[in-house]
Amino acid sequence: MKSALRIACSRSHLQQVRDFVRTYLNSRQLPEITINQVVLAVDEVVANFIIHANGEDESQFLDLELTFENHDLNVEIADHGNTIFLPPPHQSPNLHDYIRQGRKGGMGMTLVNRLMDRVVFFTRGNHTVCHLSKHLN
Amino acid sequence: MKVTAQPSADILTLLLDGELDASSAIVLDTELAKPDILNYRKVLVDCAKLSYISSAGLGVFISHLQRFQDAHVKLVFFNMQEKVFNVFEILGLDALMTIVPSATEAEAV
Repeated sequence: MKSALRIACSRSHLQQVRDFVRTYLNSRQLPEITINQVVLAVDEVVANFIIHANGEDESQFLDLELTFENHDLNVEIADHGNTIFLPPPHQSPNLHDYIRQGRKGGMGMTLVNRLMDRVVFFTRGNHTVCHLSKHLN
Repeated sequence: MKVTAQPSADILTLLLDGELDASSAIVLDTELAKPDILNYRKVLVDCAKLSYISSAGLGVFISHLQRFQDAHVKLVFFNMQEKVFNVFEILGLDALMTIVPSATEAEAV
């Protein structure tokens, strides 16, 4: 079954995104922690798209698509802006340094990579697309 | 996201209610950035009603931790829901922050 959502590029829509993913997964009798992990991964990627790729430009929008087949969840997040946003190769953060430096950011993609089985960013035309997938028992 | 501050002698308890994400993290950041918070001996964070945290929420705590440590203010989390604790665990923050099960244990830290 496929489910889709379109939102404007504002961080005020993150709650809507999380509710959309929770609703999609809630009927599948998954543990609460597993649902929260998937919700978190999607939320982190969408926040990156909104803040970093589209500069919180509310005239821009994102499309989310969820599909679930044979216990595999697949998520597509695509923007419609003209700025290509491909995160650098993932490196685990040194949390001691982060604490010493008082850093606020830089952990989102670490969470995504640890939570999902597959994380891929690519371009489609001049837009950025992210595919996330996870096997859910 | 709602943050309620409950001062009591040399302890400040912050009650978090709702979902802490990139949109709402500013509310918590504003509370933790107040200069007079460093006058307390302990800041206890009651997470009973914190139902979600993203990296933006974690980042707020991380960004103030050194400042608290330098001022000898203990930051202690308690009543954390399992799914929220799991997010701290995934990053390894459970080993770097003080997280205890209950208010009684938080007061005893």
